[in-house]
Amino acid sequence: MTDLPPPSKKKLGLVIDLDTCVGCHACAVSCKEWNAGGFAAPLTDEHPYGKDPSGIWFNRVHSYEVAASEAAPARAEAMPLADPVRGCSEVAAPQPAMTLHFPRSCLHCEQPACVTVCPTGASYKRAEDGIVLVDEDKCIGCKLCSWACPYGAREYSPVEGVMKKCTLCIDRIYNENLDESERQPACVQACPTRARHFGDLGDPESKVSKLVAERGGVDLMAQLGYQPTNKYLPPRPRRAGPAEATPREEALDTKQLPSALRWLDRMLSR
Amino acid sequence: MHPAFSVIFFTTLSGAGYGLMAWLGAVVLLQFGGGAAMGAMSPRMLAVALALALILVSVGLLSSTLHLGKPMRAWRAFSQWRSSWLSREGVMAVATYVPALALLAWAFAPSAHAGVGAIWPAVVAVALLVGAALTVGCTAMIYASLKPIPAWRHRLVVPAYLAFALLAGAALLAALPGASGIARLASFALIPLAFVTAAIKLRYWRDIDRTPLTVTRGDAVGLPQRELDVFERPHTEDNYLTREMGYVLARKHARKLRRIALALFAVAPVVLSMIALALPAVAAIAMPLATLSLLLGTLVERWLFFAEARHLVTLYY
Repeated sequence: MTDLPPPSKKKLGLVIDLDTCVGCHACAVSCKEWNAGGFAAPLTDEHPYGKDPSGIWFNRVHSYEVAASEAAPARAEAMPLADPVRGCSEVAAPQPAMTLHFPRSCLHCEQPACVTVCPTGASYKRAEDGIVLVDEDKCIGCKLCSWACPYGAREYSPVEGVMKKCTLCIDRIYNENLDESERQPACVQACPTRARHFGDLGDPESKVSKLVAERGGVDLMAQLGYQPTNKYLPPRPRRAGPAEATPREEALDTKQLPSALRWLDRMLSR
Repeated sequence: MHPAFSVIFFTTLSGAGYGLMAWLGAVVLLQFGGGAAMGAMSPRMLAVALALALILVSVGLLSSTLHLGKPMRAWRAFSQWRSSWLSREGVMAVATYVPALALLAWAFAPSAHAGVGAIWPAVVAVALLVGAALTVGCTAMIYASLKPIPAWRHRLVVPAYLAFALLAGAALLAALPGASGIARLASFALIPLAFVTAAIKLRYWRDIDRTPLTVTRGDAVGLPQRELDVFERPHTEDNYLTREMGYVLARKHARKLRRIALALFAVAPVVLSMIALALPAVAAIAMPLATLSLLLGTLVERWLFFAEARHLVTLYY
């Protein structure tokens, strides 16, 4: 049934730290590697060795140029999860331009429209842990779920004729054949900077929930009301303001120089 | 949004078919309500018109399965009517066959069904009218319920789909040979309907042009206060998302295509209807032409409806 289950107590998801992500694509690659043989397999590519390779990725890492910002009046409503006092003061300080690496994947929303629009019941949200999945044996490949997702989490495989999406590595996190330390999503396991954290966001005492509270984790496009489970930790405010980020013009006051150098300067300036 | 031709073809054809069904339901109801003076429709004509509507609807429904990855599983789409507008559309589309086929049976042999009581054709006609309107309404709601596509959330999306269905239905009814009284009535009704449809579309186009996206790239990555530019895409090649949701061709030619659509679905049919009303002798040519023009115009309008709508996932790219 594509009716949503009542909100689960357990909400498994990811917390992604945009401060430490270096955009190395290890999460994307290890995700592709694991899922090409896991629950969602096959994760087909078309013309993988041809001129225009194309395929399904559950993780895509975008890179952006963030413009320098003036000391802007903070909008408290824009950061619903941030500590109102600290969050505002952080945002209000002028910030230099920077690069932002942004890994994008399924957020396992509390209100996943991709599930409710599904006409067949192939899409579902698990009542026990909130993971959103596709039953590929029921999917008719109408693509409506991909239209209903603003985060681009669902991709259509023209080879299998069905929709594919992140499974939160459901075949790892509950896999008793794996060592306990490996029972986490492949992307989390692979991240060399530990920018990805996996845990129960429904439990306020969990490590991930505390991290979100401490760092002011945010929902993406919160105004749409999808209530994503995954949270993103915004980059920590940079100490240097925008003025220091721009190179200063070199100025030389010749009157301040010792006489020998002043003479040298005069000779060289001819 | 990428305009999938099978979906555009489906919404145009089946919309016209359901529009015709709605008109036929209304005509039968009027006749039973003692409105025969307005131009009675013979059972034979009714059968022809119903058969045409059923063919249009069936061809449309079959073509809509062409864009599915797994068409053989399409039957599963009837199961989730509690949450999904697409499923509701499927259920209503099939349910509407029941009154349509019942009325067709009655139209073929009205005397054989005399025993069922005079009230039944009227009840079936109401069911047909309501079923056809609900099916088109469900089709429109599939689009109008999608939050990531702000242009489709516009309050005129559902009225526009209904108006196009009624307009095409009126044109088809007017184009039917040998239904002179009803055909004239339909040609007459087409004129104000075309004006209403044009007004709805003009208003919709004006609004989507003037309404900027309320969600920014900053919101999309969780930094609402910052200005962001794409530095590097995740992959060098296009992917499903950029192909399906990103489509810029129509925005480039939007102005011209809108004028073409308006000329085809409103101006030409109105002129042809006026000619048909003034010169009944040429109605047999003018009204089929008007129908053809209207359907072509609707195809262009549907193509624009898809191609001009911007999906929020494009903010990431």
